[in-house]
Amino acid sequence: MGHEEELPRGAPVGRRLILSMAALGVAGIAFGEPIQRGIDAALSPLRRADPTGLTGLVPGAGGWRYYSVTAKQPNIAVADYELNIGGLVDSPLTLSYQDLLDLPTTQWTRDFQCVTGWRVQDVKWQGVHLRDILAVCGVQSSAQALTFVSYDGAYTESLTLEQATTEEVMVATHLDGTTVTQEHGGPARLVVVPMYGYKSLKWLSDIKLVEDVEPGYWEVRGYDVDAYVGESNGRNDEAI
Amino acid sequence: MKRSEARFSRAQVWVHATFAGLVLLAIASAAFLWIDPLAQVFGRRAFITQVHTVVGLLLPVPLALGVISPAFRRDAARLNRMSSQDWEWIRAKDRRSGRIPVSRFNAGQKLNAAFTVGAVLVLFGTGLVMGSVLASWPTDYRTGATWVHDWTAFGLTIAVVGHIYFALKYRTGDASAPASEPDKSRVSN
Repeated sequence: MGHEEELPRGAPVGRRLILSMAALGVAGIAFGEPIQRGIDAALSPLRRADPTGLTGLVPGAGGWRYYSVTAKQPNIAVADYELNIGGLVDSPLTLSYQDLLDLPTTQWTRDFQCVTGWRVQDVKWQGVHLRDILAVCGVQSSAQALTFVSYDGAYTESLTLEQATTEEVMVATHLDGTTVTQEHGGPARLVVVPMYGYKSLKWLSDIKLVEDVEPGYWEVRGYDVDAYVGESNGRNDEAI
Repeated sequence: MKRSEARFSRAQVWVHATFAGLVLLAIASAAFLWIDPLAQVFGRRAFITQVHTVVGLLLPVPLALGVISPAFRRDAARLNRMSSQDWEWIRAKDRRSGRIPVSRFNAGQKLNAAFTVGAVLVLFGTGLVMGSVLASWPTDYRTGATWVHDWTAFGLTIAVVGHIYFALKYRTGDASAPASEPDKSRVSN
């Protein structure tokens, strides 16, 4: 090309741009955490009032994120929902959604913290204490742990009996005032308040009383079995 | 280079095709992790995460192999340099009129190329930290890396969309020729 060699070659702007971006990237790794926390706090009220869900696309804007490990999300009508409790119990039990509503209900408003970093503030849960359900079917003395199974056919979770019978574990029937939706794991899901979100299994189908803890879906993939927020998975999030 | 020859060597076309394919795969897999309606349709989070990680690790490979090609190195050197005329061109309202001479690459292509390489470098590095690939990183650094990764991915996606837009819009043109003399080369952007 004839005229090319006649043009001045100019400054190495490309190299400068690349090096600047790399430097910014390194600075972001070092200082991004407090910046993200600030943005998170600032955008959280906005997100709450956003019906479009567009704020969900802003990195670090907080709010729910949809995670599922299977191809299809289970679609269970409230009328068809069944929760089976079996294993080392005195009398196996099957509860409908209405049965759950008929048990003594409890409510909390607590944060929900995901192990990947996002946190939803002030989530309003309503449901039944797991220990109240266990009291109905009776737990045999050999049972030391629980295995939870999801309607999705792949996801499982675990708790020790001691963890499962604390006040902060419920089978939730309502989220923010309405029946738990399909996306949020409805009609009924597990909620383990003090632990990371992966313990709060969605589309709860079966609860089995067992002798030993059987690590759940993400736990055989490296996550901690005892998943207390801020004290596990190498994270230091504020406890819930 | 004669008019009748292809504008880019076979090695360059190959590097561009594989790199573009990997970038598009990375963006697509990220979309299924990021955008809730897509995640609801497809799920399979563990699998998608693996795809995204492997694609990300492969991203530098075509660029590294490209360095073997003299044509690739020559064009990289051209893309690196911004002349005063380039700055004038990118500021001009009539930049497509041919009034300001443009060499083999125009200023927009140069800046886009550098931004793309910079973004991929940042995404690669932050991706390593996020996944603790080479070493185990403290959570604060991983959170920071995630934040940088997300925003950089946003920027790169916009740049890629713009790149494809311009490539389609000026498909028949040739930045190496004056605007009044379009030639027959197949790739323009």
